[in-house]
Amino acid sequence: MKRLLASACLFATLAAVLAPSAVAQTIVKQGSEISFTSRQLGVPVDGRFAQWDAQIRFDPKAPAAGEVSFSIATGSATFGSTETETEVRQPVWFNVAAFPQAKFASTAIAAAGPGRFDVSGRLTIKGQTRDIVVPVTLAGNVASGSFTIQRLAFDIGSGEWADTSMVANDVKVQFKLQLEGLKP
Amino acid sequence: MSSAPAQRYTRIAMAFHWLLALMIVGSFSVGVYMTDLPFSPERLKLYNWHKWAGVTLLALTAARLVWRLSHRPPAAPAMPHWQERAAAASHGLMYVLFFAIPLLGWAYSSASGFPIVWFGVLPLPDFVPVDKGLAEALKPWHEWTAKGLATLVVLHVAAALKHHFIDRDGLLSRMLPGRS
Repeated sequence: MKRLLASACLFATLAAVLAPSAVAQTIVKQGSEISFTSRQLGVPVDGRFAQWDAQIRFDPKAPAAGEVSFSIATGSATFGSTETETEVRQPVWFNVAAFPQAKFASTAIAAAGPGRFDVSGRLTIKGQTRDIVVPVTLAGNVASGSFTIQRLAFDIGSGEWADTSMVANDVKVQFKLQLEGLKP
Repeated sequence: MSSAPAQRYTRIAMAFHWLLALMIVGSFSVGVYMTDLPFSPERLKLYNWHKWAGVTLLALTAARLVWRLSHRPPAAPAMPHWQERAAAASHGLMYVLFFAIPLLGWAYSSASGFPIVWFGVLPLPDFVPVDKGLAEALKPWHEWTAKGLATLVVLHVAAALKHHFIDRDGLLSRMLPGRS
């Protein structure tokens, strides 16, 4: 009986500890998108990642306990032209052969108003890691937002392409995530 | 040779003709040259210049057509009927191509996911969606209409030179400024 009680207590404690992380969400790929816009001589060029994965454990009522991580296949960047897709995989750009994955891992999530959260984290592209803060808006089951990164901080477009008058340093990243399993 | 005193195109028409002639030869040459270049900033620059020139050509051609339709061109010297018809047909076809080629290039650029920003300042609308299949379909049309125009231009120049040096009928001087 004592052992049973002890087990029950242990179980209850475990359940309590695990509870926040148990609310994992899955992402419905249909209707979700990670895209980006770079500028070449002022021309906005849109790209999109076709393959990526995300682990999301998030409770809007307890954002600080949440955790978010992304893994993006750099070789899955798609554009309007096949030539651009081929080029962007080259060593001067994403260097897909050496760095097939870009990663993001949250370090802190803070509420920033109703339905708005600031997700701080570490973004790693091409072996370079930078701290970024991603503002996220949560509307129903859809988390969306955008942020700007500097491509040169990640060594994207080196050598002759480092000239930011040709290809702007700023790259805007946009995302829209259709979540499933979010606590009401 | 001095048979056509007042029989010239207007100065505006001449300006349009020679400026556009220069721009068309330039754009065509850049177009042929740039496509074989390896992916590089130079190539990106040339592509954008080519697009800016193309849109400028389109705008100037529209203005030129308005001028052409509102100002009767000087009569051409007498020539065989078939030559008159060939001249009218090739002039008409050149005008069609002046519009078609830049529009095809513009559509090809848009379909490839590169909207045109005129002189890097003015974003132009896309009138076709980003679509790889469409881009691949449009590319040869842009190329072959441009090569068709190049052929017509060669014929046009050859005919003008033939009138000038062989027929010596004063046809070319209608488009040349200077002594009257």
